[in-house]
Amino acid sequence: MDLSILQYHFMQNAILAGLLGGITCSLVGVFVVTMHLSFIGVCIAHAAFAGALLGLWLGFNPLIGALLFSLASAAIIGPVADRGELNPDTSIGIIFSLMLGLAFLFMGLMHGARTEALNLFWGSILTVTQQDIIFLAATTGVIVGLVVVFYKEIQAVICHREVALAVGIPATVIFYGLLFSTGVTITASLQSIGGLLIYCLILNPAAAAYQLTYSLKKMLLIAAAFGVISCWAGLVASYLLDIPSGASIVITSAIIFGLATAFSPKRKVKGWQQIPLAG
Amino acid sequence: MDNTVIKIQDAVVSYREDVALQGVSLQVRKGEFIGIVGPNGAGKTTLLTVINGLGKLVHGQAWVLGSRLNGRNSISLRKRIGYVAQVERIDPRLPINVRETVMVGCYGRLGLFRRPTQVQRETVDEVLEMVGISHLSQRPIGHLSGGEYQRAAIARALVQQPEIFLLDEPTASIDQKAQREILSLIQLIHREYHTTTLFVTHDLRMLPSVCQRLILMKDGKIWQQGSPESMLREEVLSQLYGAPVSVPTEIAPFQT
Repeated sequence: MDLSILQYHFMQNAILAGLLGGITCSLVGVFVVTMHLSFIGVCIAHAAFAGALLGLWLGFNPLIGALLFSLASAAIIGPVADRGELNPDTSIGIIFSLMLGLAFLFMGLMHGARTEALNLFWGSILTVTQQDIIFLAATTGVIVGLVVVFYKEIQAVICHREVALAVGIPATVIFYGLLFSTGVTITASLQSIGGLLIYCLILNPAAAAYQLTYSLKKMLLIAAAFGVISCWAGLVASYLLDIPSGASIVITSAIIFGLATAFSPKRKVKGWQQIPLAG
Repeated sequence: MDNTVIKIQDAVVSYREDVALQGVSLQVRKGEFIGIVGPNGAGKTTLLTVINGLGKLVHGQAWVLGSRLNGRNSISLRKRIGYVAQVERIDPRLPINVRETVMVGCYGRLGLFRRPTQVQRETVDEVLEMVGISHLSQRPIGHLSGGEYQRAAIARALVQQPEIFLLDEPTASIDQKAQREILSLIQLIHREYHTTTLFVTHDLRMLPSVCQRLILMKDGKIWQQGSPESMLREEVLSQLYGAPVSVPTEIAPFQT
């Protein structure tokens, strides 16, 4: 394999974006997967996409549009899912379809070539800018920092939300914090991974890690490793096979999930329970 | 000296058009063990949620541990109240073990930005030993049986060092042997710590013998209350449940 490609600035940026995006997406993926909120994440991802397209249409920074839309959707989805006035699946489905409708509306209203809009669809890790990297690095720093500082509260909320509330943990604030973190992460990764594919990078590495361990700390580390491996292996596949990078990253992450499920020790729960326990 | 720890006045709670509590007033003294009995939908669980600040009053007032519940202080009050609900379905793949689940009990009092120290870890070990599941401490929480799960839930509440213990049908959906063991444990805890305890059940056979007062609830109201002996009568219970009810020959004996 010709490694001279690594000398190019765009490739170095792509590798960096893969590292940062892989870590951040996978960490928030752990929250989403453990809380069984996959559909909420899909909805926030599409809201970010619609917001970015609004930015492109009206001529302001698409990342600002993505951030506003993803945070707004998280702020709407949280209470909708909690209050139970409608079935959460129904209400989140309605918001999801509205976001998708808005995305297509903004795209339809745009004049001229829609190359930039289509890039937001599929993402292009090979064209990320220095500014994108800085935003992604800042997001990664904030998310990792929050996980370290609030680890015990996050563990309580994502594993036993009702219990967390009952023992006096500010569970609602933590829950919304996790939803907003998902929104910010999606926004930061939108440019490199793309609005339609970002969610796979959030879901797949975390879902793969979920198959492999009963420890949340290990799950966070494994998910982050899987996220980075997906990005880097996807980049290599994209380079070697001349295929779109976003697609190859997502397919790699799906293959990792498939392998993790096939070799999951959790598939043998009965066998596990027969193992004599220490203590 | 006034030793009232819970005082509820004319409480009304509604969930949309359903009124779950209709003008309930109640006073509980420190160290009391109260049984709350009634058919499904009587408002028993809602009454407990009013006490721990999770249920919102649309009318009336509640004072708990000397503070009037106002929505702003409910989180800090919940740190001092242990709550055990009935067995719930847990994802067997959930990445948290029994020890970590029990440790969650001390996170409220510990507060943000502080990590558990050796003191908390030792407390968790002692409580796991007390409830008889120290050998399961490393097991994933989703792999426990119903009875084991309830022991873990009680351990978690004990780690909180609660001043009030709320038990919401802790013996529902578990087998009879486990029910007996959980009841014995609850009685042992009350005798040991004298914690003010409210025990909700709709199963009269599940009333612990340490119960000092029995509250009968029906249609969101306190229908009658008094000593277990005066309440556990066939005509009273048959009226409460709207069907012939036989009085259990014994309420759960204390076992060690």
